[in-house]
Amino acid sequence: MPAFPAAADASTRNTQLRANLRHATHTIRAKRATAVAELDDWSSLRAAGAAIKDRSLRHLDHYLEQLESAVTAAGGHVHWAADADEANRIVTELVQATGEREVVKVKSMATQEIGLNGALATAGITAYETDLAELIVQLGDDLPSHILVPAIHRNRGEIRDIFAEKMAQWGRPAPEWLTDAPADLAEAARLHLREKFLNAKVGISGANFMVAETGTLVVVESEGNGRMCLTLPETLISVVGIEKIVPTFQDLEVFLQLLPRSSTAERMNPYTSTWTGTTDADGPRTFHLVLLDNGRTDTLADTVGRQALRCIRCSACLNVCPVYERAGGHAYGSAYPGPIGAILTPQLRGVQSELDASLPYASSLCGACYEVCPVAIDIPEVLVHLRERVVEGGPVSVRGTRTVIKPAKGHAAERAAMRAARWALDHPRVLRTGQRLASRTRRFHPRRLPGPGRAWSDTRELPKVPEESFRDWWQRTRGESGTEGRKTT
Amino acid sequence: MRVALFITCVNDTLYPHTGQAVVTLLERLGVEVGFPEAQSCCGQPQFNTGYRHETEPLVRRYAAAFHDYDYVVAPSGSCAAMVRDNYPRIGAKAAAEGRGQELADAAAEAVPKTYELTEFLTDVLKVTDVGAYYPHTVTYHPTCHGLRMLGLGDRPRSLLAAVKGLNLVELPGADECCGFGGTFAVKNAAVSAAMGADKARNITATGAEAVCTVDNSCQMHIGGTLARQGSTVRPVHIAEILASTEGNVW
Repeated sequence: MPAFPAAADASTRNTQLRANLRHATHTIRAKRATAVAELDDWSSLRAAGAAIKDRSLRHLDHYLEQLESAVTAAGGHVHWAADADEANRIVTELVQATGEREVVKVKSMATQEIGLNGALATAGITAYETDLAELIVQLGDDLPSHILVPAIHRNRGEIRDIFAEKMAQWGRPAPEWLTDAPADLAEAARLHLREKFLNAKVGISGANFMVAETGTLVVVESEGNGRMCLTLPETLISVVGIEKIVPTFQDLEVFLQLLPRSSTAERMNPYTSTWTGTTDADGPRTFHLVLLDNGRTDTLADTVGRQALRCIRCSACLNVCPVYERAGGHAYGSAYPGPIGAILTPQLRGVQSELDASLPYASSLCGACYEVCPVAIDIPEVLVHLRERVVEGGPVSVRGTRTVIKPAKGHAAERAAMRAARWALDHPRVLRTGQRLASRTRRFHPRRLPGPGRAWSDTRELPKVPEESFRDWWQRTRGESGTEGRKTT
Repeated sequence: MRVALFITCVNDTLYPHTGQAVVTLLERLGVEVGFPEAQSCCGQPQFNTGYRHETEPLVRRYAAAFHDYDYVVAPSGSCAAMVRDNYPRIGAKAAAEGRGQELADAAAEAVPKTYELTEFLTDVLKVTDVGAYYPHTVTYHPTCHGLRMLGLGDRPRSLLAAVKGLNLVELPGADECCGFGGTFAVKNAAVSAAMGADKARNITATGAEAVCTVDNSCQMHIGGTLARQGSTVRPVHIAEILASTEGNVW
């Protein structure tokens, strides 16, 4: 996977992709703004959401143990996974213990993050995605490119072709009458998926929230596929990031308002499923909860970066991000694209790889993401914080141990330039000499810059250097031998 | 009232005309301004690229240069936002790293007296009609830092609306970033250029003669893109419009 700028360079030239993304993100962002504006206490809700998440994170150990007790008391089984490999191994063994070779899945970011489908496939187990967009991605042998709408990069015509070509390989073929009309596409998916729901013995899900006091898990969704997967199979396995916890059932009051309005621009999502352990004669007989760390406690150890763990995966930040809109989700090389991905991925995975080191720079720091975030994650602040980690290194927590990392490779020239610029800027006489030199040579300035500056002059005209800097103008017209101008007292 | 101009390194070096307009405007409104020559850059390029330590001397320099003044006025939303939003962070981190309270104190002193130009006009001088005359059709691009970090709101628009002869036309997608973002324009050149191209097309589509901003750095990117597209729309800083009068159109 190339670094973000190279991947984005290719996707910005894909005009179909840009048109698909522009249409989808602009539609949803306008709807979100309307849905949010309906509530006159939105800013209070937002503050409450941030506060509840912060409290949960501050006492994460306490609430997780409370959750474990509650889930166990309700007849569930709790497993702890330190990383992706461990989580995949646990889930694979749990499925193998049922003797099944097929599972149905509720759309889940945690299982995307750990690459569960691939791990299950290696063990000879087929995982069927049942969310419409995830189904499109799976049938198209593609990767998700959006948190909420994984197939946002596809248009109806492309989806029709994918269904027609691939559905037969995965189960019930697409009907012959299939067109690219949304109702037709939905019906084809419904017929295809219904077989899976009714035959499945094992369901795998994530969760939007986990309630510590009751041991309740919550999934919110729009299609009803989640409700099917969560209630029909005999065994349910839920893989959930440890940061998804909230202390009390009442806390859901806040998040069940914040999440749907921020993500789908709905006042309330169509399906809210809650499950607490197992219940006789209703729902799965066996319930396993796999609690996933995978870099989360290390992220929690960072006082600036930890706010990323408040994220409720609404994707509002993606939908307003001008960079995401042009680069597309795949350029981020992670289950988490867009602004939240640019701060979450380098914390969960570290900044050692070239891709991960490039993610904190995948933003113009315009601040639109922070403005819409329903839990007030100051994404620009964390981006700049992580940029410092990339270029300067510094203290981080790796698997629970404090360590000091070195700067990422490839920033030596930039660091030298930044230092030189700072030195000149901290010596106004040097700055003035440079300005005068630039003014005197202005007729010889090239229209195209060499080196890194080429990236600028390839697509933009350079500003012309003026004959005289402001500094010199001030001194010539107002200065009294370099002192200040007129002032009142 | 002791008022200093913070002309910022981009204005000083590339857009002195804007700085001169600020002087003309404020003096016309009866404000006597100073330009402490010890001033330099706010440190934004370094800070936003991850070189926080490199910004520390510039925070110190800023605080010292403007120490004797009650107000510091900058014709740049992003530089004012750098001081107001990030100087306290830089100071707090230096203190947390065991380098004493000095930088945090310097940053704390700088924050409350730093104003972006349109804020200073509307909040301190309490004027919206500055007596300007600018007989042109203008569209306004609210720069991200002015819009979101400083929360300038309607201030620039209300100042423009009061300008005699000026026809203000709305810019579609006004709140979207132009794609400059400092080193972002070079590090993610393709995305930056794509954002700039869309912004420039939206600007041209308004039919305006000029696009107004409160930030020369965004203007440099927008203007460079417009020029490359062959558009005749000229970028203009709000100070240059507000400085214009019937006798002297800037």
